[in-house]
Amino acid sequence: MRYLPHTQADIDEMLAAVGLNNLDELFEQIPENSRRIRPLNLPEAMTEWELTAHMQELAAAGGGDWQVFAHAGSQPHHIPAIVPYLASRSEFLTSYTPYQPEISQGTLQAIFEFQTLISRLVGLDVTNASMYDGSTAMAEATLMAMRITKRRRVAVSALVHPHWRQVLSTYLAPLADVELITLPAGPDGRTDFSGLCGEPAVLVMQSPNFLGVIEDLEAASQKIKSLGGLLAAGFSEPFALGLIKSPGELGADIVFGEAQSLGLAQAFGGPTLGLLSCKTEFVRQIPGRLVGRSKDVDGKDGFVLTLATREQHIRRSRAVSNICSNAGHCALTCSIFMAAIGGSGFRQTAQVNLDLAAYLRSGLEKLGFRRIGSAPVFNEFAMHAPNNFEAVHERLKSQKILAGLSLNMWKNDIPGFNPEGVWLFGVTETSGKARIDALLREIEKGA
Amino acid sequence: MTHKFTPAGTGGLVLQEKLLWEKGRKGREGMSLVKSDVPPASLPADICGSGPDWPDLSEQEVARHYTRLSSWNFGVDTGMYPLGSCTMKYNPKINETMAALPGFSGAHPLLPASACQGSMRLIYELESYLAEIVGLKAASLQPAAGAHGELCGMLMIAAWHRHNEKSGAPRKTKVLIPDTAHGTNPATATMSGFTEVKVPLGPKGYIELAQIDKLMQDDVAGLMVTNPNTLGLFEQELADIIALIHQRGGLVYADGANLNAVMGYADLGRMGVDVVHYNLHKTMSTPHGGGGPGSGPVAVSETLIPFLPGPRVVKNGDKYEWQTDLPLSIGRLHGFHGQFGVAVKAYSYILSMGQNLKKASALAVLNANYIKEKLKGAFDLPFDQPCMHECVFTDAKQRAAKVSTLDIAKRLIDLGYHPPTVYFPLVVHSAIMIEPTETESKEDLDAFIAAMLEVAREAGEEPEKLHAAPTLTKARRMDETTAARKPVLTGDMMTGESK
Repeated sequence: MRYLPHTQADIDEMLAAVGLNNLDELFEQIPENSRRIRPLNLPEAMTEWELTAHMQELAAAGGGDWQVFAHAGSQPHHIPAIVPYLASRSEFLTSYTPYQPEISQGTLQAIFEFQTLISRLVGLDVTNASMYDGSTAMAEATLMAMRITKRRRVAVSALVHPHWRQVLSTYLAPLADVELITLPAGPDGRTDFSGLCGEPAVLVMQSPNFLGVIEDLEAASQKIKSLGGLLAAGFSEPFALGLIKSPGELGADIVFGEAQSLGLAQAFGGPTLGLLSCKTEFVRQIPGRLVGRSKDVDGKDGFVLTLATREQHIRRSRAVSNICSNAGHCALTCSIFMAAIGGSGFRQTAQVNLDLAAYLRSGLEKLGFRRIGSAPVFNEFAMHAPNNFEAVHERLKSQKILAGLSLNMWKNDIPGFNPEGVWLFGVTETSGKARIDALLREIEKGA
Repeated sequence: MTHKFTPAGTGGLVLQEKLLWEKGRKGREGMSLVKSDVPPASLPADICGSGPDWPDLSEQEVARHYTRLSSWNFGVDTGMYPLGSCTMKYNPKINETMAALPGFSGAHPLLPASACQGSMRLIYELESYLAEIVGLKAASLQPAAGAHGELCGMLMIAAWHRHNEKSGAPRKTKVLIPDTAHGTNPATATMSGFTEVKVPLGPKGYIELAQIDKLMQDDVAGLMVTNPNTLGLFEQELADIIALIHQRGGLVYADGANLNAVMGYADLGRMGVDVVHYNLHKTMSTPHGGGGPGSGPVAVSETLIPFLPGPRVVKNGDKYEWQTDLPLSIGRLHGFHGQFGVAVKAYSYILSMGQNLKKASALAVLNANYIKEKLKGAFDLPFDQPCMHECVFTDAKQRAAKVSTLDIAKRLIDLGYHPPTVYFPLVVHSAIMIEPTETESKEDLDAFIAAMLEVAREAGEEPEKLHAAPTLTKARRMDETTAARKPVLTGDMMTGESK
């Protein structure tokens, strides 16, 4: 087996050195009542060629060849060849968390740059070295706000991605005395936070929200600050921040986000990249790894993991979180993407997304689809569809086209919003006019 | 050993590289940009911002930047990485190719089930293989990393108890955790609403039934245990301990960080474990990536199946479906289906290995015992007994020369090795924890052993060499105190020249 270098002669010599006769004797320390009796019931080992054939068969039905005109937290953007090429350098890929800074300066500088680029994107001071994904970043942002305010009341917008809210509920379920309030959707597709009262720890918002609508975070910030709580604001489409004001600029104290759009494959939903940023004053409550600049004994600049006293391996049961391995390589990949696209290219590409979404939306309007409210959207939007659309949608599946996502899937999950007959559509710079025109023609044809 | 010691590391050309925003010039392009081919749209002026202040670089500038950075790193492909408890085994390259197949990598996570049967089949089959390998009943790929798998396990245990409390079972507020545990275990207990009750280590390096008997009171939810434990020893009384805990209404979570030692040799189902997490990025060969993405699936006993996170993939005839009606489930733990791309690599590894997984464990344990035997004369070995896949030494024999575990670790760097895990487990003073993994050959082990013996010799004869180490690296020992006292965490917090 190519991953196991030992020849029988090696094994014999090594067994002799440790004073044993065979490999099984190494396991005599396992008590009889803990031993495995049955052999492993696994398929026969495959050669690389058999494996490749098998995997190609699975991948052919994997779903990657579908054209999907919807996002809901997962976006197709162009990924230039240089991104996976550089990211796959094994000096990056096969290293561990950079505990030994002398031989990890590559990873450490890349994370420091990541922390800087993301802080500039979201408009806050500090960003950690990453979280697992957007949903878990949001849960940790909420726990963080509860520690800072020492309050136990959490208000979350109904227009935060339903899956992310479900993850938040999972995280909060075992904790005593936590009150989780969901603020309903208003008629314009924005969160109605007029009912927010009492002493909330945090208001959790997403913008653009699950319906693609850009929220009024400034008003949300004023509201929660008047009650003495914090604003945690997030996003699942970072490209929106190429055009709109950053959540930090609008008053967010903590920002969470999903950065899959920045150079990561959709990969059936993972691995992606969770972002978590905050104001400097809260840095001792942020979970996860942080890289800081320092100097070595010769006075040369370098980087180290820092503020570790927040973390589980030092503080144990009093740590701010249990997180250790995060999405380091995804953060590196996104950094390479951000470097390649540049500030100018990011803004230009965001504009293309906006243009194409507006083009699709007006095209659908001409076919009888209706907007939800008049609030602005970026590259994703929800619409009431005409009655025959479900049948059209079904027909297009045979061409491997997913013409939007039915929000009926979440029919009991969005308080204040009736999703019946409402569909979510999304495009990116990968869609292009030609594909959108083709989609519109198919919809016009009907069922 | 008679052969002359040859260091694996020598000096090489180390190139300088600026910070990203010190490079480039506004207007450069590092990738093809799409031009709009539809009429321009606009947003209301009051919500418009100016976009992030990122530099503009050419494609070659990007390529050189990250290539130079990579040259300052050390990975498993660079050299031996015997980092205890981290299982830094070889990461097979074919697995990367498989995960990058467009059919997988391009799949939207909310496709209708009929559109992604291949991806769903992969999840279903990998979950069944993971359950089989540890001898449990079912598994879930949702947890995104080891610590997330721990959290998943403890949330399930908490949910099971809350369910039982409805029918009158006593309220559980505590959980037993041995002294040898990774820090994540107590941190996870807190996140799951429990307080930690410490279980002291017995004199032979494992936990004892008599202790558990004393500590397992009515308000205790169960036990979190790493087995083999962090001393590299198999817990001798665990099956009996678990039986006692079950009898008193508790459940047992096993930390699977060290599963690489026991595949095909231990049966967690027979032992009575209720939930164990895997680190696919340890045991199943997926790369660590400088700090993730990992993947931390859980496998469970019959008791906890209804509490697994959802939705779950089920097989109905020859079709795979999403099961969402899971009334007792702890709910979602991930935005979609977990670290699918990592799962593709682990699945590829398991199919490549088959029965060889058992041999991998045997060779991992053989390698660790071989190192232990060869080094125990030169380094203090606090628990001198057969070990599993890792062995723990200390700096006790070097202390007289004022050489510490840290010095030994740093000197190994100059000799061409990633240091072992140091100062963990906490129950051993100044621990040096070595996990070679099965993918290191005998010659590589012999060279590492020679390096360790050379360090031991230097500690006695030229200790200043160890105090000064490393000297051949991009950076030498860093000032970590100032870094923490006056944190500079972004380029915008830097003062002076290179902001």
